[in-house]
Amino acid sequence: MSHFFDLTLNGISAGMIYAAVALGLVLIWRATRVINFAQGSMAMFTTYLAVTLLDRQVGYWEAFVVALLAGLAFGAVVERVFIRPLRGKPEINAVIVTLGLLILLEGLAGAIYGVRNRGFPAAFSQSGLSIGGRRVSFSHFDVFILVAVVALMLSMVVLFRATDLGLRMRASAFAPEMARLAGVRVGRILTLGWAVASFAGSLAGLLVAPTAAFSPDYMDLILVYAFTAAVVGGLDSPAGSLIGGLLTGLALSYVGGYLGSSLEPLGAAAILIVVLGSRPEGLFARPTPRQV
Amino acid sequence: MLEVRELAVSYGAVNALDGVSFSAAPSSITAVLGANGAGKTTLLRAMTGLVHPRAGAVHYDGDDLTALGVEDVVRRGVAHVPAGRGVIDQLTVEENLRLGSLWRRDRVDGRKAMAETYELFPILAERRRKLGATLSGGERQMLAIGRALMSRPRVLLLDEPSLGLAPRVTVELMAVLVDLTPLAALTVILVEQNARSALSIAQRAVVINLGRVVMADTAAAVGADAGLRHHYLGF
Amino acid sequence: MSERRRLRVQSLLPNQPLLRHLLAAGGGAVFFLAITLGLSAYRDFEMGEIALYAIVLAGMSILTGVNGQISLGHGGFMAVGAYTFAILQIHAPMPLGLELIISMAASAALGLMVAMPATRLRGPYLAGMTLILALGLPQLADKYTATFGGDQGLATTAPTPPAGINAEQWLAWIEILCALVVLVLLANLVRSRFGRSMRAVRDNEIAAALAGIRVARTKVFAFVVSASCAGLAGAFLGLSTGVVNTGEFALTLSLYLLAAMVLGGAGSLVGPWWGAVVLVYLPQWSTSISKSFSLGNSVGANLAVVIYGVVLIVVMLAAPSGVQGGLRWLGHRALRLGAARSSPIIGVTTGIGPEAERPPSAPPTAEHERTNP
Repeated sequence: MSHFFDLTLNGISAGMIYAAVALGLVLIWRATRVINFAQGSMAMFTTYLAVTLLDRQVGYWEAFVVALLAGLAFGAVVERVFIRPLRGKPEINAVIVTLGLLILLEGLAGAIYGVRNRGFPAAFSQSGLSIGGRRVSFSHFDVFILVAVVALMLSMVVLFRATDLGLRMRASAFAPEMARLAGVRVGRILTLGWAVASFAGSLAGLLVAPTAAFSPDYMDLILVYAFTAAVVGGLDSPAGSLIGGLLTGLALSYVGGYLGSSLEPLGAAAILIVVLGSRPEGLFARPTPRQV
Repeated sequence: MLEVRELAVSYGAVNALDGVSFSAAPSSITAVLGANGAGKTTLLRAMTGLVHPRAGAVHYDGDDLTALGVEDVVRRGVAHVPAGRGVIDQLTVEENLRLGSLWRRDRVDGRKAMAETYELFPILAERRRKLGATLSGGERQMLAIGRALMSRPRVLLLDEPSLGLAPRVTVELMAVLVDLTPLAALTVILVEQNARSALSIAQRAVVINLGRVVMADTAAAVGADAGLRHHYLGF
Repeated sequence: MSERRRLRVQSLLPNQPLLRHLLAAGGGAVFFLAITLGLSAYRDFEMGEIALYAIVLAGMSILTGVNGQISLGHGGFMAVGAYTFAILQIHAPMPLGLELIISMAASAALGLMVAMPATRLRGPYLAGMTLILALGLPQLADKYTATFGGDQGLATTAPTPPAGINAEQWLAWIEILCALVVLVLLANLVRSRFGRSMRAVRDNEIAAALAGIRVARTKVFAFVVSASCAGLAGAFLGLSTGVVNTGEFALTLSLYLLAAMVLGGAGSLVGPWWGAVVLVYLPQWSTSISKSFSLGNSVGANLAVVIYGVVLIVVMLAAPSGVQGGLRWLGHRALRLGAARSSPIIGVTTGIGPEAERPPSAPPTAEHERTNP
C-alpha cells in the first residue's frame, strides 16, 4: 500500500512537470496550429544556460530567473525566425522545422557544453518530507515543483481572463482574421504566445533538471509524455494541460512502478491510442470549431 | 471622403474585381449591390486590407488604404463587419465588445463606448456574460456591429448584415443604421443582397456585376431603373 | 517550340512505366556493379549501407511525400526487422531470403498495429505517436535482456559468398539488388491506381473519401509498406554491422532518417539515394572536419547532429522539395519542359507552372495576401 502511495506522490510531482510543458505545447498549438517538438530541447538549452551561470558562481535564483527570461526571448525568436516564414504552407513543414530545431539544439548543447552528464543542484532539499513521523516520497523540492507549476497555471488564468493582453491572445488564437479587424496586431501576439509557452517550458526544464540525468536529451521523454498529457487534456485547452499532466503523471508512475520503468513510453503510447480512439479532442475541449 | 479608384483584385487567374470606382461621403450610406459572386465581399476585403489588390487604390483622408496593413487601416478609423463572422464564439458578449476598443488604449472611453453600445442594443446588455456561440442570429449581428462601433469608426463597412435574419430584425438593424449614420458622421458602405431594404435607407448605390461597376448613382435613381433592378438586383 | 522538345525527350524513353523502371534499375545495377568491382572491401561495405538506407528512405519518402503521413518512428521499425532477423539466425536458421522476408513481415505487422488506430490521426498526432514508439521500442529490448541480448545485443552472421568474391562485396550486391527491386516495386506502386489514391488522400481526405477511395485502408497500406521497407533495411543493417543492439536504434536514428529523407526530397525515389549517401558519409565528414579545425571532442561528436538539424530547418525554409526537387527544377528549366511539380505536401512548386494542387482549406487567398506584421 505504501508503494502505491509513493507512486502516487511521484506521479503528482512528475505530472506537474508534464503539465508545464504541455501548457506550452497547448498555447503554441492554439495560436499557430503547430506542435512544437522542440519545446523540450528549448527548455534544455535554457537550463544549460543556467548551469553555465551556476558554474560561474552566480546565485541559484539569479540563474533561475535568467533562464526563464532566456526562455521568453527564445520562444519569440524561434517564432519569428523559423515559424513565421512557414505561415500558410502545409502544416507538415512546420512540424519538420521544429524537429530540426530539436536535433540542432541537442547537438549544439552537446558541442558547447559537452555530452557528459552534469549534476544540476536543487534549491531545496530532495530528501523525503517527514509527515507524521514517517518519511514520505515527497521532498521539499517536490513541494516547490507543485507550488511553481500551480503558480504558473494561476498566472495563466489571470493573464488570459483578466487582462487586455490575454483577451488579445485568446482572440488571436480563436479567430485571427476577426482579431485583425478589431485592430489586434495578431503577428506580435502570436510571437508573444510562443514566448510565454517557451517560458513555461523553461520552468519545467529547471524543475526537472535536479532529478534527471542531465544530458542534452534529458527532455526527450518528458516532451513525449507532455505531448500525451496535452492530448489527454485537449490540445486546445490550457486548463486541460494541468489535468492531463496529472493524469498522465499518475498513470505512468503506476505503469513504471508495477510493470517496470522501461515500459513507461509504451504506456504513454497506449494512453494516446485510447484517448485518440475514443475522445480525440481530449477531456476538456470545447466543441466549437476554429474560426477564421 | 472615401474614394475607391480602379480597384482590381484577382484570386489567381480569376478577376474578382476589375476596375471598380466610386466615392462615398461622410454621414451617408452607400449601398453596394449585385448578385452572388459579383465581387462585393472582395471589395470590402480589399478596402480593409485583408486582400491585396493587383491595381487601384482606396483613398481616405489622404491615405491610400491599400498600402496599409489591416491593423493600420483599422487605426485610420475603418471598421469592417464581415459576413456571418463578426462574432468570436468562444468569447463572451462583453469580451467581444471590449476587443473592439482595445487598440485605442483608452480605458475610460472604452467603458463609455460599451455603455453606449448597450444602450443601442439592450439585448446585448442582458446577454453580456454569455458566450458568442449562444446568441441568436439577430443578436450576433448586433454584437458584430456593436463591436465595430466600439472603435468609434468613421468608416463602417458592413457585409450582408441582413443575411439569415428575420425581416423584423432586419428592419430594426436598418433603423439603427439610419439613426447612427448622421449622428456619428459615419461613412457607411453597405453590401447587401437584399437590395430593396438597402436601397430604402441608402443615399447612393453602386451596382456591381462580374467585378465591374454597372451603375453608380443616387439610390433613388438606381431603384427607379426597372430594367436594372430586374437584371441585377432580383426585383 | 518547347512542346516539340518535350515530346522528343519523352519519346526517348519507353512508354510503359514498368519498362522504364526496369531500365532504370538495370542501369543502376550496372552502375553499382562497376563501382563495387573496383573498390576496396570497406567501400563495398559502404555501398551496401547506402543501398540499405535507400530502402528505408524510399519507404519513408513514399509515406510522407505521396501519402502525406509523417513517421518519426522508422528507426523503431528498423529495430524490429533487425532483431527479428538476428533471433531467426540464432534460433531458427533458414535461407537468407526467407529470414529477410520474415523480418519484413514482423515490421509490417507492427506497422499495421500502429497504423490502424492512427488512420484518424492528423499530422501532429501521428508524429507524436511515432515519436513515442521510437523512444519506447528500444526500451522494450532493454527490459527483456534474455531474448534481446541486452546492451551487447545479438550477433549476426554474414551470408557466405560464392568462391572468388569477398564477403563484403557479396553482401553489398545482395543489398543493392534488393534496393533496386524495392525501388522498382515502389515506383510501380506510385504510378499505379493505388498511387493516385495515396496522392488523393494526401491532398484532401474528405474529397478522396467522397470520390470513393477507402481512405483508412490507403493510409494503413502505405504505412505498412514503408514499415516493411524499414524492417528489411534493419535486417540488412544488422547483417552489415554484424551485431544488433539497442544503441544503434536510438531516437536519433529516426530523426536522422527524417532529415535524410527530407534532404533527398519527399515523394521522390531518387532522393533516397542522396539521403543515404549523407547518412553513410556525414559522420565521417564531420569528424574529419572537426579534426582539421581542431574543434575538440565534444564538437566532433556533435557536429553531425548539428548538421542534421540545420539540414532539416534550412531545407524546409528554403527548398522544401529537397535535393531531388531542386535538380528536377533545374533539369526542367534547362530543357524548358514546363511545369515542374514537386510533392505539394512538403513545400510548394519549385518551378514554372501552376501552383501545387493543394486545395484551399481556408477561403481562397488572393495573390499577395497580406500576412501579419
